[in-house]
Amino acid sequence: MPQYPNRQFLDFEAPIKALYEEIEVNKSLAENNSNVDYTGIVKQLEDAIIAKREDITANLTSWQKVQLSRHPDRPYSLKYFSKIFDDFTELHGDRNVKDDKAMVGGFASLDGETVMVIGQQKGINTKMRQVRNFGMANPEGYRKALRLMKLAEKFNKPIITFIDTPGAYPGIEAEERGQGEAIARNIFEMMRLKVPVICIIIGEGASGGAMGIGVGDKVLMLENTWYTVISPESCSSILWRSWNFKETAAEQLKLTSDYMSQFGLVDGVIPEPKGGAHWDYDLAAQMVKDYIKPLLAELKEIPAAKRIRNRIDKFGSMGFYDEA
Amino acid sequence: MATEKSKQFDDFENQIAGESFVEGITEEQRTKFFSRNEKGITTGTNEKKEIPDGLWVKCPECKYTSTTMELKENLFVCPSCNYHHRIGSDEYFDILFDNKEFTRLFDNIKSKDFLNFVDLKPYKKRLEDYWKKSDLHDSLSVAVGNVEGLPLVVACMDFEFIGGSLGSVMGEKICRAADYSLEHHIPLMIVSKSGGARMMESAFSLMQLPKTLGRLSLLADAGIPYISLCTDPTFGGTTASFSMVGDIILAEPKALIGFAGPRVIKETIKKDLPEGFQRSEFLLEHGFLDAIVDRKDLKVTLGRFLKHFKN
Ligand SMILES: [Zn+2]
Repeated sequence: MPQYPNRQFLDFEAPIKALYEEIEVNKSLAENNSNVDYTGIVKQLEDAIIAKREDITANLTSWQKVQLSRHPDRPYSLKYFSKIFDDFTELHGDRNVKDDKAMVGGFASLDGETVMVIGQQKGINTKMRQVRNFGMANPEGYRKALRLMKLAEKFNKPIITFIDTPGAYPGIEAEERGQGEAIARNIFEMMRLKVPVICIIIGEGASGGAMGIGVGDKVLMLENTWYTVISPESCSSILWRSWNFKETAAEQLKLTSDYMSQFGLVDGVIPEPKGGAHWDYDLAAQMVKDYIKPLLAELKEIPAAKRIRNRIDKFGSMGFYDEA
Repeated sequence: MATEKSKQFDDFENQIAGESFVEGITEEQRTKFFSRNEKGITTGTNEKKEIPDGLWVKCPECKYTSTTMELKENLFVCPSCNYHHRIGSDEYFDILFDNKEFTRLFDNIKSKDFLNFVDLKPYKKRLEDYWKKSDLHDSLSVAVGNVEGLPLVVACMDFEFIGGSLGSVMGEKICRAADYSLEHHIPLMIVSKSGGARMMESAFSLMQLPKTLGRLSLLADAGIPYISLCTDPTFGGTTASFSMVGDIILAEPKALIGFAGPRVIKETIKKDLPEGFQRSEFLLEHGFLDAIVDRKDLKVTLGRFLKHFKN
């Protein structure tokens, strides 16, 4: 986790940055004045930072939450794999075309119990962002994910997916290799998986690209994430005919975790550390772990056929319409 | 050619944004050609706006001009270049079902603005305008009847209604069509013609993907055939769900079929798209279709498949 001064701050996080700068000033004053005690004031400022973190996230607009979900310091799938589980053992490739670096997965141990973990992965620096294709998987990424899910099913291991994507990649080769078919196939097959499936949106949950690993007995969202059918930017460009209405689009789409939970489209919201998951990776991972462990135990009690039927019925009840 | 193409993208996106009626239907956008003609079925409330038989229609591909009557007799396929004009569910039902006899199902389900969604226009107002100007209930209609003597449930989209967008009503009707198939042991066909998700229904629209696929998985378990017919255009949420998981997947010639829209891809890769990209022929070549079927052969081809499944 990056520490100040390597942290990055969003516009609305500027007051936190100002407090960090004040701490630095006091620290350098302390170095030059050994007879004055600065620890009290530094401690005060550190507390003020935590309070400010909480303060800021309590009053975010939908668009600001979207920005937070894309925070460059935010933990990605592999970070959660390493902090929630032991012995993460990565598996590669779709056995057909290639190994998609935007989709990662493998066996991992949840307090001694083997599970299959799968997720989109974004890069942590400029070079890796290219390698990971900004978390936008190609069809082979979805097929790799499906291969791992079928492997888990074969050996009766629960599946936990971590969703964080701005969308499935829109490219020529992606279309040639059937991006739509790959996502459709995954949704279809996930619906029938005989093992428990938990899906967690840890950042961006953009449309079919997210849904391609998003069918679960329990679908959860981290507090500062979004999940809907289109990004606010694209929605603005199509419905408002301009890129300038992304804030309005974000409000209209009601895409944040509180709305999604209220609508019954997700099964729960996992809280994040004050100010967002990027402030404390260990705590963020612990909060996810604490949330999913009892859920998994609960799901394992249900017979497979019943679990599948529940899954089909849960999604089957989603939608609004009038019936004359 | 470049301007032709971008004009086509504009139409495509305007339709998805639900604008065709607001700005008036252009000749090329018009998908409704002839009136409902159901024998033995009473649909008292639906007074259809019939287009006179003598009207001239220009083919957007080859500019060949024909009368609507000539075009209708040719199943709305250009007599000169085989361009398949976009048609609606009424036309497909008439083309597919024996003696044009069929029973409409689930017409009582209507869209509703649960989210109070407002873009340039409130979704509620948009829906009301469509209902006023069209006799369509939503972007999908379901009917059951015989095709070459064998029963088939057909769920067919109307691009004319908010770009054939996938929303709660389409999802629910597809599920009920699947339930009907399951209950009566009748194969199901979905005719796709959609620009993608109905954005005004936000995440509810996205949830129609797992919702419909969950239901289709029950058909698969019961061994009931499901046929997907992709027509121009088939995009986004439809491609990423039911359109691409048919036991048989067919397409009309030269239909634009894909996951991401051509403009999005072009803007992402900053290159021109290859000739024929995302057309039916391209998908067949890459292994995603069983066959491309001319509209005039559609009924016979379906009959053949239905017989194979049955015998
Ligand atoms: Zn022509």
